[in-house]
Amino acid sequence: MSIPNLTPIYLDNNATTRCAPEAVTAMLPYFTEQFGNPSSMHSFGAKVGHAVKAARTSLQKLLGAEFDSEIIYTAGGTEADNTAILSALKANPERKEIITTTVEHHAVLHLCDQLEKEGYTIHKLKVDGKGRLDLNEYAKLLSDKVALVSVMWANNETGTFFPVVKMAEMANAAGVLFHTDAVQAVGKIPLKLKDTAIDMLSLSGHKLHGPKGIGALYLRRGARFRPLLRGGGQERGRRAGTENVPAIIGMGVAAQLALEHMEMENTYVRALRDKLQAGILAAVPHAFVTGNPDDRLPNTLNVAFEYVEGEAILMLLNKQGIAASSGSACTSGSLEPSHVMRAMGIPYTAAHGTIRFSLSHENTEAEMDRVIAAVPSIIAQLRKLSPYWGENGPVTDPEKAFAPTYA
Amino acid sequence: MWDYSETVKEHFYNPRNAGALPDANAIGEVGSISCGDALRLMLKVDPGNETITDASFQTFGCGSAIASSSALTEIIKGKTLDQALEVSNQDIADFLGGLPPEKMHCSVMGREALQSAVANYRGEVWSDDHEEGALICKCFAVDAVMIEETIRANNLCSVEQVTNYTKAGGGCSSCHEGIEEILAKVLAERGESFTAAPPPEKKVPGKLTTLERIRKIEQVIEKARPNLQRDHGDIELVDVDGKTIYVSMKGACSGCQMEAVTLGGVQAQMIEALGEIVKVIPVKATAKLAPNSLPA
Ligand SMILES: Cc1ncc(COP(=O)(O)O)c(C=O)c1O
Ligand code: FES
Repeated sequence: MSIPNLTPIYLDNNATTRCAPEAVTAMLPYFTEQFGNPSSMHSFGAKVGHAVKAARTSLQKLLGAEFDSEIIYTAGGTEADNTAILSALKANPERKEIITTTVEHHAVLHLCDQLEKEGYTIHKLKVDGKGRLDLNEYAKLLSDKVALVSVMWANNETGTFFPVVKMAEMANAAGVLFHTDAVQAVGKIPLKLKDTAIDMLSLSGHKLHGPKGIGALYLRRGARFRPLLRGGGQERGRRAGTENVPAIIGMGVAAQLALEHMEMENTYVRALRDKLQAGILAAVPHAFVTGNPDDRLPNTLNVAFEYVEGEAILMLLNKQGIAASSGSACTSGSLEPSHVMRAMGIPYTAAHGTIRFSLSHENTEAEMDRVIAAVPSIIAQLRKLSPYWGENGPVTDPEKAFAPTYA
Repeated sequence: MWDYSETVKEHFYNPRNAGALPDANAIGEVGSISCGDALRLMLKVDPGNETITDASFQTFGCGSAIASSSALTEIIKGKTLDQALEVSNQDIADFLGGLPPEKMHCSVMGREALQSAVANYRGEVWSDDHEEGALICKCFAVDAVMIEETIRANNLCSVEQVTNYTKAGGGCSSCHEGIEEILAKVLAERGESFTAAPPPEKKVPGKLTTLERIRKIEQVIEKARPNLQRDHGDIELVDVDGKTIYVSMKGACSGCQMEAVTLGGVQAQMIEALGEIVKVIPVKATAKLAPNSLPA
């Protein structure tokens, strides 16, 4: 990419965040001076053990968990998701069904697809045009054949929340384990797990300004569990393997900072996001917000720009130093646009043109102004190239006016 | 982020010949909105000599789709229709300095638009015979449909065969799971079940016939010769007696300090090729047997 002259604007915080400098500083000694193995019986190990425990306490506070032993460190959100699902199946071998949704992250969906091939029944709850679930459909599926319900707390593409607290109570009443992938929610909204019926929850360090390759599974005390990795006795035998100590320390600091910034997420960040949304929608015709605008993460804005393709938009944004992401097929090298957009019934002419702007407290109002100024001409430029776009608007009945071979 | 060439980026940022061509007399429309790309190619063809005097495009698609469309119009302007039809998707990709494997289909779409536009000019109906599947092998840009059809057409039943026919799986091998899944699906249709090929057979000592053994020994010697000849030496097989292989070292090699090293290397290769422990012993050219006259 040609290097833009402008300072870059990072609006892809749902993909990953900048590791907080405080977290990095805290991590560094654990590579060199404090390199001991926390399991070792000497002073090198003991100090490290205490630091790992302190980090666990920070996470416990961020989650509002009752005990710090409910936190199991993993190598990220994906491992936490896989651990939760496979654990539930192993702990309940006579139960062959899983309830999840059509809009989960691939860390859940692709594992479920594989399990389906292996003979399990996967119920994927559908969503409506705004990405909302039908709880009646859910209630009917709960039974003693279900090993686990896995529903994300907030969707990574649209930010839309799911009523997981309520759904966990319903599962609990039916005697079914409940897991939530809260990778996008942790650090952005206040949580108090001890007051919920949630059995398991996944989180990931790099989504909350911590390091990559570290995450955790919250496991409610007493919830039945079978480890994914067996070996040494780390994490009380629930996740074997020598701890990634520097990353654990970094995530602990990030968790503490997230708690301090929580208020800001829901005031400052939300205001920036709302400004960005209003600015773009006012300037660009044939664009709309996807997901549920009234009930979503404060930092996420997903806009569908009709009749243009997302990767092309991203390339032009990038040229102006603006980093975002898209649900188009082309950005992932797949044939279909994002499964989340398809599940919400967004037409192809719009689904390929969805752009996700995901903010953090590090963004500024001046940055929003620059993005609002840049977007309209980018969309206009691409629409000029589009066979679905006429002189001043979409061609009449675009899907028919341009009906290419093999469409 | 894709690793686009500078040319791809340049054609994307400054597309040539973009927009409607009002007096076009040949129009080709291809693509699929579900896959996120669609292209309308418009040509002005001189009816006298069937030369393309002007070309333009409208494209809904990603960076490389727009760049491929732009490149196509540049390539075909001034060509006759017949010449233009010679343009392959690889030509479009080459013009752009290459495309990532996931994006090769953009160049295919360009070529198809061209075929469609020419058919339109000639009053023919062009139908697309190309169906695209999910990309399975990134090393060789082979998609699921291509693999599935090849398995069906040739009754293939192993990953190795799929690699031989399509190249898929012949690189980093990380796509083998995907290939096995397609094999299992197609084999199930024929009422067979897929079983992974047993690992390549270990060479069992003593399993070779005498003739096979001698041939292998000769092959190892042959392989060693060019290197030695470059240093004005040579090696020849003299005799094989059980586990002892007699060779004669010629020219500069004979008696040189490197002789032992060379023989050590040959011996190691013999052991590898035969799957048994053998000794390689140098003898003078006046051996008990006439040296094998190996073809040079
Ligand atoms: C909702 C959700 N779940 C899981 C993950 C995977 O987390 P990780 O990258 O830590 O494995 C992500 C991040 O991409 C996510 O957004
Ligand atoms: S992806 Fe198929 S061999 Fe590398």
